[in-house]
Amino acid sequence: MKRYSAFAIAREAARYHSGWERAWRSPEPKRKYDVIIVGAGGHGLATAYYLGKNFGITNVAVIEKGWLGGGNTGRNTTIIRSNYLQDPSAAIYEKSRSLYETMSQDLNYNVMFSPRGVIMLAQTHHEVRGYQRTAHANALQGVTTEFITPQKVKELVPIINLAGPRYPVLGGLWQARGGTARHDAVAWGYARACSDMGMDIIQKCEVTGVRRDGGRVAGVDTTKGPIDCDKLGIVVAGHSGVLADMAGFRLPIESVALQALVSEPIKPCMDVVVMANTVHGYMSQSDKGEMVIGGGADGYNNYTQRGSFHHIEETVRALIETFPMVSRLKMLRQWGGIVDMTGDRSPILSKTPVDGVFINCGWGTGGFKAIPGSGWGMAELIAKGRSPLTDAFSLDRFKEGRFIDESVAAGVAH
Amino acid sequence: MSTRLASGGRLIDRSKQVQFTFNGKQMRGHAGDTLASALLANDQMMVGRSFKYHRPRGIVASGAEEPNALINMGEGARFEPNQRATTTELFNGLVAQSQNHWPSLEFDIGAVNTYFSRFLPAGFYYKMFMYPRAFWKHVYEPFIRQSAGLGRAPKQRDQDTYEHFYHFADLVVIGGGVAGLQAALAAATAGQSVLVIEQTADWGGRAPVDGVADDSTIDGMDADAWVAQAVAKLDAMDNVTMRTRTMGAGVYDHGYLLAYERLRDHAPEAKGPRHRLWRIRTKQIVTATGAIERPLSFAGNDLPGVMLAAALRDYVVNYGVSTGDRTVVVTNNDDAYRTAIVLKQAGLEVPVIIDARPEGGGALMAKARDMGIRVDTGRAIAKVKGGKRVTGVQICAQAGEGSVLEEIPCDAVAMSGGWSPVVHLWSHCGGKLIWDDAQAHFRPDPSRPPTGASGEGFVIAAGSANGALALDAALADATAAGVAAARAAGGTPDDAPPPKADALGEAALAPVWMMPQGANIKLRMKSWLDFQNDVKVSDVQLAAHEGFESVEHAKRYTTLGMATDQGKLSNINGLAILSDALGQPIPVTGTTTFRPPYTPISMGAIAGEARGEIFQPLRRTPMHDWHDANGADWEPVGHWRRPYAFVRNGETVNEAVMREVRNTREKLGLLDASTLGKLIVKGPDAGRFLDMMYTNMMSTLKPGKCRYGLMCSENGFLSDDGVVARIDDDTWLCHTTTGGADRIHAHMEEWLQTEWWDWKVYVANVTEQLAQVAVVGPNARKLLEKLGGMDVSREALGFMEWADGTLGGFDARVYRISFSGELSYEVAVPASQGRAFWDKLMEAGKEFGVMPYGTEALHIMRAEKGFIMIGDETDGTVIPQDLGLDWALSKKKEDYLGKRAQQRSHMTDPNRWKLVGLETVDGSVLPDGAYALGNGVNENGQKVMIGRVTSTYHSPTLNRGIAMGLVLHGPDRMGEVLDFPGTDGKTYKAKIVSAVFYDPEGEKQNV
Repeated sequence: MKRYSAFAIAREAARYHSGWERAWRSPEPKRKYDVIIVGAGGHGLATAYYLGKNFGITNVAVIEKGWLGGGNTGRNTTIIRSNYLQDPSAAIYEKSRSLYETMSQDLNYNVMFSPRGVIMLAQTHHEVRGYQRTAHANALQGVTTEFITPQKVKELVPIINLAGPRYPVLGGLWQARGGTARHDAVAWGYARACSDMGMDIIQKCEVTGVRRDGGRVAGVDTTKGPIDCDKLGIVVAGHSGVLADMAGFRLPIESVALQALVSEPIKPCMDVVVMANTVHGYMSQSDKGEMVIGGGADGYNNYTQRGSFHHIEETVRALIETFPMVSRLKMLRQWGGIVDMTGDRSPILSKTPVDGVFINCGWGTGGFKAIPGSGWGMAELIAKGRSPLTDAFSLDRFKEGRFIDESVAAGVAH
Repeated sequence: MSTRLASGGRLIDRSKQVQFTFNGKQMRGHAGDTLASALLANDQMMVGRSFKYHRPRGIVASGAEEPNALINMGEGARFEPNQRATTTELFNGLVAQSQNHWPSLEFDIGAVNTYFSRFLPAGFYYKMFMYPRAFWKHVYEPFIRQSAGLGRAPKQRDQDTYEHFYHFADLVVIGGGVAGLQAALAAATAGQSVLVIEQTADWGGRAPVDGVADDSTIDGMDADAWVAQAVAKLDAMDNVTMRTRTMGAGVYDHGYLLAYERLRDHAPEAKGPRHRLWRIRTKQIVTATGAIERPLSFAGNDLPGVMLAAALRDYVVNYGVSTGDRTVVVTNNDDAYRTAIVLKQAGLEVPVIIDARPEGGGALMAKARDMGIRVDTGRAIAKVKGGKRVTGVQICAQAGEGSVLEEIPCDAVAMSGGWSPVVHLWSHCGGKLIWDDAQAHFRPDPSRPPTGASGEGFVIAAGSANGALALDAALADATAAGVAAARAAGGTPDDAPPPKADALGEAALAPVWMMPQGANIKLRMKSWLDFQNDVKVSDVQLAAHEGFESVEHAKRYTTLGMATDQGKLSNINGLAILSDALGQPIPVTGTTTFRPPYTPISMGAIAGEARGEIFQPLRRTPMHDWHDANGADWEPVGHWRRPYAFVRNGETVNEAVMREVRNTREKLGLLDASTLGKLIVKGPDAGRFLDMMYTNMMSTLKPGKCRYGLMCSENGFLSDDGVVARIDDDTWLCHTTTGGADRIHAHMEEWLQTEWWDWKVYVANVTEQLAQVAVVGPNARKLLEKLGGMDVSREALGFMEWADGTLGGFDARVYRISFSGELSYEVAVPASQGRAFWDKLMEAGKEFGVMPYGTEALHIMRAEKGFIMIGDETDGTVIPQDLGLDWALSKKKEDYLGKRAQQRSHMTDPNRWKLVGLETVDGSVLPDGAYALGNGVNENGQKVMIGRVTSTYHSPTLNRGIAMGLVLHGPDRMGEVLDFPGTDGKTYKAKIVSAVFYDPEGEKQNV
């Protein structure tokens, strides 16, 4: 793989960029792989990448129904933070955040991780107490967060309205090392690195069945024919239930459409990411200048990757209340992605009732920030049979009542 | 130069002058102008800078598809960035400023990027700026952010208002061109309700402009006359509603349509809302949304002065404005000839029409030639010359590689690459497209429309939006669409023939995606696809070369079509280039997804009226105003505001809280408890129902008695609590927490409606029907006895009993319950009497030392008694057993919500954290939310925690810090001291004690 750098660009400019390599190969599937990952989104690609990097397992195929990074990886609002309350969450999200810090250098692909800081606004006394609790927990978990005053919030976010008539800003939970990254680049960077390790990324190839031999996985049927494997990782977010059904087990997952929208681009006016959970709205400004806005999830299960309008309206109301200048901006585009929600709104990274089949799903509305940590833990789980990062997220927990509920500190889980 | 012609302009009123400024310069236009036409009339060709390279940008279109002419508009509270000049109607006093340059439009430092453009191809930023790591945040990114963005950020609060409008129609026709009007005429004969909307201020669309070149007629009239009579006919029909300045913004599931009406953008000083968002439910939608002309990809096609051929024609015909004195027309189809003809008719020069087709065109070409215009066929533009404005074009053979045959001076170029139907609204909700080879465009596939709940299609495309580009074809198609839509909506429209159109026929177009066909890399690097985002032919080719083969990858890698015009001009050209690079047919490549809105709509309109005070309704108790006038420090609780404390002059909030607690414990306190949820549960099965809802047995409660009840979620977690009173045989009144009233009401309804739909139970939320006051303290009974009217003695009204009666002349229901540990009554009176009753209590209570108290005093007093608070001791992960509330879990009942869940292994785990009291060793107050530290770290390197603080206060009663918390094996570790590290760097030491700090025997409340 030719490395990317300013020098490489200068070299290629001289020959009108005719010498660039493909970012990833586009191979036909082999007959058999050690590991097949279904789903070439961020989580699937990261799983493959760390299988190769950490465990030397490179006879791997990543199979994708559409185009890589085309699901929630390419549809989210790119927020990265790890200020979670519960130990297992803080562990995997903080691992993830720390991997994001060095991802561009690790992958030799600029994913534009930007530690611009994330504020979660406290707008009720209940939220104040919740975030103070989170700050205490984070200190013991090794996550650097701080509960800050309204004045500090205003310094960080000059466009905010502290004294809204409805929900005054009473403070905020501040994670200075949280931020955003370029979502597509994360998928592309991992894909390029996986391809470079000899892994096959097979796009436009839909899995149509999971083949079993006794209680054990034997391979998958696809629109490009059957492919054998020793181990199978299902990492398909919104369609996890469909894949699990093929493999012969059920998941405690509901799939709903989550909305997002962007404004037209404007000159920089907000450097940090702000989440206002009481009023249900969050916003950051992309490097292009668009205000990137996260909305709510539809109240009904479906697979259409479209946005409905009602949540957009609620979200925009909340944001105008929090940032009055937003009223004078325009919505450029709205879209939806299918998120897979578990009962406790925490993910599932687990063995399954089928030997050799592993599942990574249930990231719900907050999966992007977890991509590298999830891939790291999932790779270990597949390679070694268990991982301290994923133990708590096993499927058993729903039987045992061992929930990992993050909604306790704030109104919104992610 | 561009200028106002001496005559012409069907949309302007030359008798009315309009003043405006552009970059501080005074300019003049006419009523009826758009900002774009007025700028051109003032020879303001360059109006902005592009996003990436800061290249000079001129107006390129005349409508919603404009990517370049975006301006900072207005001032102060009416300032708005990125306003499209082509859709901005001119008004007196309009203030416009160009965007994305520093220090000025003419001289922009950022334009240096264009000289480095060779080093800044598609996706360059993914390949660099990685080292050293810290530079991204501190050097590269701030620079990129500053040079990106377009308009300035608004600073002030918007002073305009917005509104939502709900509308129901059998049919909606989107687009008020001749196709839309004809579709409406055809459909409206069925008598169903029809809404016709048009995004511009004028009916008629393109036909009146095109007709000038053709001398075309519809039913023997010129297009303007036909439009006028069609509008008059529709206006006269009772079942038809017509709106201009109203854009179809988005189509959603099940026939939900969003329309965006710009009421005051053209008259900002007029009264009323600025925008109105129409939320429409309809059975059938006809999209007569027209088509958009495609640019041609030749080197220098982005220079100011290069314009879409039809736009250039629009400016002449509609506004009497010429873009240049000498205009070269370049085309691959017949329509652009109309521009040449119109220009010539207006007395302007057209030195040459460059037609890429070897054989040229049909009747329109003949007409142009007859007018003396030179037509070169099989030719192309090799390159446009000029810097901030076109100065000439170099002509080459289309079939070649760009060898220059001739150079022709000119100051404008009119380009046409053919027309693409506007398929956005068709596609928003899943309508599919097919590729039309003959016309080289995607058009709606009538066999795969967006489908509604019935599985039937609910959108029909009409006219040029359906690919019927010629006038006669468009009218015939629109007639059929109108009839089909009315039928699909259940009507019986008349079968009338379409109007007869007489226009010049057109010869076939030849697809031209690159000009010349074999353009070398130097030309391709100068051939723009996306003018705003600076995406060139070479960029898309690079994306394909690097493996970004999916149209979505290519889009995201190059940013093609991601600008504020969302690719209205660039998408088809870009994916044709991509398809060519991949060696596959265009339909195999497909399109990116069309997302709402069609063009950007204001956030203000989306939010509508809901802002400021009415963002969310503030709920007020009947006593709200009294509290406000008496020092209430407000706390938002749900949609309510509750007094946190009543602060007196010279007192801090905390001092007020301490005073309120002491006064209540020693004398008499009043709490406005009206916000507590009050649900009436009634019916023959109400007892059985409540037995399922609560962990306690409620069916056996005797009328006249109260019981403290717990509610759990299906997962066993404690979700709400409150006192339940049995009113009569089949009626219970359930109190909930303030925040829980609506949630619990919905929870009950959900179970009744989905699981126990056959149970005879009704639930009514009467929270707002009753004002409720807690009368608390040793003097509580004295106060009620002074009011008189009913017996509230210990004997007549025992603890956990209630009675109806009158108090001081008020109808009252009195509950003998206590959340403070003191002698306490909660008195409910009709809400309308609440304030009077409160006043009476305050007045009569003077002699007993009455004071109101707020939520914080309430919290402290309940914590002193060890009573749990939902939301403090519970957080959705806590079960009653954790809180020592086993006594409230009925053993007699077979089932209740949460019972089975509470039997799961993790719920019965002896290692669950349990409720205890915590006392700091030094009497200080434990920090809220602090965790107790255990030994060592876990496998993930996190410090082990063995408990946490759930409530913590300074108790004025005990004059020390008290807290409640959940601790591992807590109840077995009484007396043990735990470490609680604070976020302030200190470690707090606290001893495990009983959670009941005050009056453990309960003597005070039971007197």
